[in-house]
Amino acid sequence: MRYGRDAEILRDVSFSLPRGSFHFLMGASGSGKSTLLKLIYLAERAARGRVELFGRDVSRLRPQDRPMLRRRIGVVFQEFRLLDHLSAFDNAALALRVLGRKPTSYRQDVAELLSWVGLSSRMHAMPQALSGGEKQRLAIARAVIHRPDILLADEPTGNVDHALGLRILRLFTELNRLGATVLIASHDEDLVARSGKPILHLENGRLTRYEGVGQPTPQPSPPAPEPYPHKEDAGDLPDDADLDRGLYEDDPL
Amino acid sequence: MSDPLDVKRWWPAPLLPERDGRQLTLLFVLTVLCCLASLAVIGALAAGRAADGWQAQLVGSATVVVRASERESADAAAARAAETLAGVKGVTEARAMEHEKAEALVKPFLGPDPLPADLPVPRLVAVELDRKAPATAAALQAALKTAGVDATVDDHSLWTRQIMQAGDLARWVAAGLFAMIVAAAAALITFATRQGLATRDDLVTVLHLAGATDAFIARQFQARFARMAAFAGFWGGVLAALAAAGLRLYAHGQTIAALLPVEWTDLIAPLPCPFIAALIAAVAARLTAQGVLRRMP
Repeated sequence: MRYGRDAEILRDVSFSLPRGSFHFLMGASGSGKSTLLKLIYLAERAARGRVELFGRDVSRLRPQDRPMLRRRIGVVFQEFRLLDHLSAFDNAALALRVLGRKPTSYRQDVAELLSWVGLSSRMHAMPQALSGGEKQRLAIARAVIHRPDILLADEPTGNVDHALGLRILRLFTELNRLGATVLIASHDEDLVARSGKPILHLENGRLTRYEGVGQPTPQPSPPAPEPYPHKEDAGDLPDDADLDRGLYEDDPL
Repeated sequence: MSDPLDVKRWWPAPLLPERDGRQLTLLFVLTVLCCLASLAVIGALAAGRAADGWQAQLVGSATVVVRASERESADAAAARAAETLAGVKGVTEARAMEHEKAEALVKPFLGPDPLPADLPVPRLVAVELDRKAPATAAALQAALKTAGVDATVDDHSLWTRQIMQAGDLARWVAAGLFAMIVAAAAALITFATRQGLATRDDLVTVLHLAGATDAFIARQFQARFARMAAFAGFWGGVLAALAAAGLRLYAHGQTIAALLPVEWTDLIAPLPCPFIAALIAAVAARLTAQGVLRRMP
């Protein structure tokens, strides 16, 4: 992978992520983490090599076929990329609007998801009025509202304090439990270490190490994802009160 | 926090931001263009009506210039010509003009002084033709020749042709103006769409990554500009109708009213303006947006 005539940003990177797995992608700034994620969420095209998603070689994908694959991917950007002219509710509902769903059909789903990420009281606030942590949780809600098969996050805890970082990580763990394949780019070693999840290390554009139990090889597909849990059957999912009290601050993930 | 009883907050906001200073300027220019386009249409209708009126007056009549001969005075020849022509098929009336009227016609060329008695001023015969089956100039000329009257028939065809050409020219000029205004409006929307896509690159990227197709994103721009153009078309049409009504009321009896005889019915000509403007804007925005998005990575 290279931009124009610049030196290659990624080379000899070869790995596969089993469905339903949870991985971290670690590396110093400039190591190519964001570029690798961009290749996966189809914002960039590999100059050479092969990127396969859901069994399809995306480097040969026709432009008109990209939206269908992108709808199976949720992305949480480091800089959030929330739309300032839309409320938190409308930002979270974006992927469903793109799918052509009517507001009446998704209103309850979005409200429940925002409640799940602890934003039920901020539903109609504009992004400018949200704190960094609230923006981050809203960005996560927007990325998962359409139940993507793959959830990618680029430094999702980079703009929040450690306690909130742990809470956000907890959200990703729950989403993975619900069936999403998760890949998080992060350089927060402490947070990653606490998670106990396998880690892919990138250095100078090369995949140098893999830390974890076994290699990232294909695994049996998990059962079909369930709908987002309702309040009454949410079980151990964090709710508004949990997040506000910071119950997970000292929880092992 | 918004009012909990506010129903709007549960209704999704437009994906494109609503308030934008640049769009007010665009709205103003579109309104002016729609007003000018409507005025062009009203002007074409009025000019066409004027040309048709003049043409109808000329086509329904002919003028015969009768000259005296050695054996017959001009007055007598004119009387006989009128009598002859009245009997030709396709003529409803033929009457010799009085000597004074004939003299009055040449006064602008010869001055106000009384004309010399021996000046051979030709006599004129005014002929009214049957509008449904008018007699031709050749038929009139032949009848006069048969009757032995030295006369020339002028069926106003020279003037009619020129008036028809002037009427056609007025219509083509109006159509050309209309086409140029439409092209300018389409170019304006194209420019605004390109600018909108460039300035809202963040929005386009987020929509793409959310799985939006190019057609979906293009539809947002199409709907935005079509709505704006419909609004501009409405107010542009209203302004044009008011201007035409003003011309109809205050120019009554003046030269401009004869050149551009606006009728009250012309005021409904701008009615389709909002729809046409919306259609042009929708097509321009859609094609532009899809073209730009297709070239995006």
